[in-house]
Amino acid sequence: MDIFGIPIQAFLGQLLLGLVNGSFYAMLSLGLAVIFGLLGIVNFAHGALYMIGAYVAYVALETFGISYWWSLLLSPLVVGALGVVIERTLLKHLYRIDPIYGLLLTFGLALIAEGVFREYFGVSGQQVPVPELLQGATNLGFMVLPNYRAWVVFASLTVCLGTWYLIERTRLGAYLRAGTENPALVQAFGINVPVMVTLTYGGGAALAAFAGVLAAPIIQVTPLMGSNLIIVVFAVVVIGGMGSILGSILTGLALGLIEGLTKVFYPEASNIVVFVIMAIVLMIRPAGLFGKEK
Amino acid sequence: MSPARIAWIAGLLLLAAAPFVGLYPVFMMKALCFAIFACAFNLLLGFTGLLSFGHAAYFGMAAYVTGWMVRSAGLTPELGVLVGMLAAAGTGLLVGLIAIRRQGIYFAMITLAMAQMVYFVFLQAPFTGGEDGLQGVPRGKLFGLLSLADDRVLYYVVLAVFVAVFLFIVRVVHSPYGQVLKAIRENEPRAISLGYDVDRFKLLAFVLSSALAGLAGSLKTLVLGFATLSDAHWSLSGEVILMTLLGGLSTFAGPVIGAFTIIGLQNFLADRVGSWINVIIGVIFVVCVVAFRRGFVGELLAWRERRAARSKGN
Repeated sequence: MDIFGIPIQAFLGQLLLGLVNGSFYAMLSLGLAVIFGLLGIVNFAHGALYMIGAYVAYVALETFGISYWWSLLLSPLVVGALGVVIERTLLKHLYRIDPIYGLLLTFGLALIAEGVFREYFGVSGQQVPVPELLQGATNLGFMVLPNYRAWVVFASLTVCLGTWYLIERTRLGAYLRAGTENPALVQAFGINVPVMVTLTYGGGAALAAFAGVLAAPIIQVTPLMGSNLIIVVFAVVVIGGMGSILGSILTGLALGLIEGLTKVFYPEASNIVVFVIMAIVLMIRPAGLFGKEK
Repeated sequence: MSPARIAWIAGLLLLAAAPFVGLYPVFMMKALCFAIFACAFNLLLGFTGLLSFGHAAYFGMAAYVTGWMVRSAGLTPELGVLVGMLAAAGTGLLVGLIAIRRQGIYFAMITLAMAQMVYFVFLQAPFTGGEDGLQGVPRGKLFGLLSLADDRVLYYVVLAVFVAVFLFIVRVVHSPYGQVLKAIRENEPRAISLGYDVDRFKLLAFVLSSALAGLAGSLKTLVLGFATLSDAHWSLSGEVILMTLLGGLSTFAGPVIGAFTIIGLQNFLADRVGSWINVIIGVIFVVCVVAFRRGFVGELLAWRERRAARSKGN
């Protein structure tokens, strides 16, 4: 059976690949949006944190024999702690000045991280094996579904929806949202806003690391994997607008799917399709699909 | 004469004498190209308040177009540079039209994303030579007469272009148009309420800046004889920001000093530290943003102001 002259197996395979990429876009743009909301900083280092997350999993396995499953927990903790240190030592100096400095500082951090990892691991990619439990594929009748890919989509959706629940439905999330609107007032009500800010950055970093561990078995782990991804995620964030959590998740997934479809029908354009969509969205709805007009 | 004027004349004399005091002309030309690039960038960030995070796109666009025109279409160098500049300005116009629809940090993200798109086009387009780049671009004869093959001849051509660009930017900033740009930088809503069509001013500044960035890229291709993907890579967009910031944002001499510092540093460290150079660039970035936001020239001006205020107090 064919769809528009493409075998359905290949078609669905690319679609699934798009969904996997979309899950990464969703997780990373979610973290960017939460950090931007409270700190007013566009975190260029998000890609580097994602990359470090993947390397923690690699080193944990190769050097210490720590399994993938423990890395899924360990790596976000390590990178989250790194995020806390970054926020406490560097970012906190920048809250009163133009937000472009936050972007520039985190850009510098990304360069440092990439340079250091390139020095120790080289530019060629490292492989992390798929954990035993998830090896192989399931035949669904109409397509063969690689188990690990299914797990990536499932795990990232769970984490995204969990983050959504935490921010939109819990008391802590309410503080966080209030802090985004008016930090001075929240502080006046006796909430420790600086701690909240620190934990938010740490949480965003942990989310990026989690995405990095999930990605490690299906891509080449390289020092540059983060920066190449983060620019696409920036475009995703511009398309979705940073106003809504669910909006970020939906936009991320949808753009992954569209990218997958482009790979099927016009592979040459698959690298740029997200940017083209960004340009079109900006012409029609400058605030982004889910953003609020100011 | 004021100390500032003495400094200008001294700087110019130093640049004019550079090939005779043992400074390697190719290095000096490369630094001058990046000085033009940083000045063009400063026109946008320093004097209009727009952070473009994708200026390598225009640099790279012109570098490739000029390279192709001179090597494959047989154009003379000045025509090649002109076509390269036009291509960069055209790209800047397209990106600018899209990017000025958002302000502040979104503007930076949009320009970065659009530049990445340009990069991918270069990666795949048939005429760029992919990963190898466009190699073996001849320098040719200026106006069909003056051979640029000699490094010293080309050096003075590049220096003349640099001085022209520098004076042009000083002129633009001090013109009524430049004053409106400053007003937009300081307070955009107020500029709007005064009746200025802010978007048109911003767009023109963006196109001007990308055309001059293109000029820098075109000259770089002539000087080094090749255009590669790294001319359009986002890390170059970051480097030009760093040059401007390190030298002194919103000052005229700052970007020039910043460009010479960074290019000199890269040149000096390249054989000594290998890939640690990126780490060093990153550290300078972080230090600049946290503790040195005024840059060399900005700090110098602030120091002079403090001293003047103190002597007035006495």
